[in-house]
Amino acid sequence: MANRKIIPVGPYHPLQEEPELFKLYCEGETVKDIKWETGYNHRGIEKLSESKTFEQVFFLVERICGICSTSHPFAFANCMEEIADVEVPNRAKYIRSIIGELERLHSHYLWVGLAGHFLGYNTVFMWAWKYREPILDMFEIISGNRNSYAMFKIGGVRRDVDQTQIEQLRKVMNQIKKKNDLLTGAVMDDPVIHARTKGVGVLTKEDVVDYAAVGPTARASGWDIDVRRDDPYAAYDMIDWQVITAQEGDVFAKAKVRLLENYESIKIIEQCLDGLEKEPEGDIEVKVKEIPEGMGTGRAEAPRGEVFHFVKTDGSNSPVRHKIRAPSYVNIATFKKSCVGQTISDATISLAAVDPCYCCTERMAFAYDHDTGKMIYDGNQLVKLSQEKTDKIRKTYKL
Amino acid sequence: MDKEEFIKHIQAHSPGDVLNTAILKKNRVMVDIKPEAILKVAEHLYRETGYRFIIASAYHTKKGFEILYHFSDDIEGNIINIHVVLPQEKPEIESLANMLSGANWIEREMSELLGITFRNHPEPEKLLSEGNWAEGVYPYRKKFK
Repeated sequence: MANRKIIPVGPYHPLQEEPELFKLYCEGETVKDIKWETGYNHRGIEKLSESKTFEQVFFLVERICGICSTSHPFAFANCMEEIADVEVPNRAKYIRSIIGELERLHSHYLWVGLAGHFLGYNTVFMWAWKYREPILDMFEIISGNRNSYAMFKIGGVRRDVDQTQIEQLRKVMNQIKKKNDLLTGAVMDDPVIHARTKGVGVLTKEDVVDYAAVGPTARASGWDIDVRRDDPYAAYDMIDWQVITAQEGDVFAKAKVRLLENYESIKIIEQCLDGLEKEPEGDIEVKVKEIPEGMGTGRAEAPRGEVFHFVKTDGSNSPVRHKIRAPSYVNIATFKKSCVGQTISDATISLAAVDPCYCCTERMAFAYDHDTGKMIYDGNQLVKLSQEKTDKIRKTYKL
Repeated sequence: MDKEEFIKHIQAHSPGDVLNTAILKKNRVMVDIKPEAILKVAEHLYRETGYRFIIASAYHTKKGFEILYHFSDDIEGNIINIHVVLPQEKPEIESLANMLSGANWIEREMSELLGITFRNHPEPEKLLSEGNWAEGVYPYRKKFK
């Protein structure tokens, strides 16, 4: 316990520029314990939902997350359709899966870019974000928005995807495939990235099971779970694709899972486009007039893992209780395992490796008085520390 | 195991503790149990049947404080909802967080928003409400006429 120092990371996260306070309890360079304080941005969404009609709740939950804005409407739609006992038409299923997978692609590129920047690879950062642009453009072409697409409603989707858009999507998918090859090669073959990420921030399978982690965080530690396959919804059981897993549980394995998942997303989108072309005249929604009294659970595999919604209804047009569990809520808690024993310069990439989404997880606003520890490193200094470590490794490899 | 098989299994495992069972639509099962049995039942689901803990949802009704512990059977694609009702006057239940770290945050959240006490919680510190509202104020509680 002697000479234990507290290094606060936050209240703004140095990588994602979002609010969360982590306190690293360090002895020398080594992190011995970690504590966090959630609570800067609570928006009371679960409570607010009780005052909205079911149609309005879609717009509300779409704003839980700024990056994967369709994941929450997806899970909420699955949940409400379970309560109303509605089967969505095939065309709507294909469109839903296309939107879901486009979102996974752009979200994974965003993460790869940020992780690259964090390690001092700003080229990776610029590439990945550049490749993400055509995907966002496709969202704009389909829905009118680059983010918050408002595509979902109970019983189907709000907008159709026409033949011109199908052709544009095919073109973009072909481009992305080549770019993904390039990016995957750059990450997989670089000795410096190996040195910085292999064996760093390791989560064992026991850890992820204990913390009930989900998504790439769980799959990179050998836990083969994916709601798209295990409890299929939308078009996922009508097409051929695979769940990607890795065994090592370190930062490298998490990056590998995400990069390989991009190929699966492209495969899914292409097959959904085939499906749309086979049924050009299909309906995109079924009308749902009433939501009966009852309760339902809906889930969807967001880029970060399973999103879970529970809704209790009483026959009126608003939820009585709406519980939302975002993937980061369970993934962030695993930091206790992945960061302890790491050096300070590795702790930050370990924190970033689960792709934490603070806007999904943050619950309450309050100001914290740092009585106990002064700010030793701020965000920029931590990024610098991490980048300097990569530079040192680069020099030893004479790159 | 499939839904029917699971219901038979849980009834055989905890005969006195299971109050009611129901198959809901689309791979969803509801099991009402006595609150005293939560640790035993949850431990069985987590350790022996290998089900994944998703989250718990708590809400306030005229009957009392109700909690649904959602478990996922990822092989069959089922969601198993373990339902308990706690009394209005003294809502108390055993914590699962010693066995399952994934239950740590959500129990603290339910405790601060609804005033449910989780006995033997390993880290009973505030998760959300520190410095936000007074002790004993529970924003998710409802008033019934």
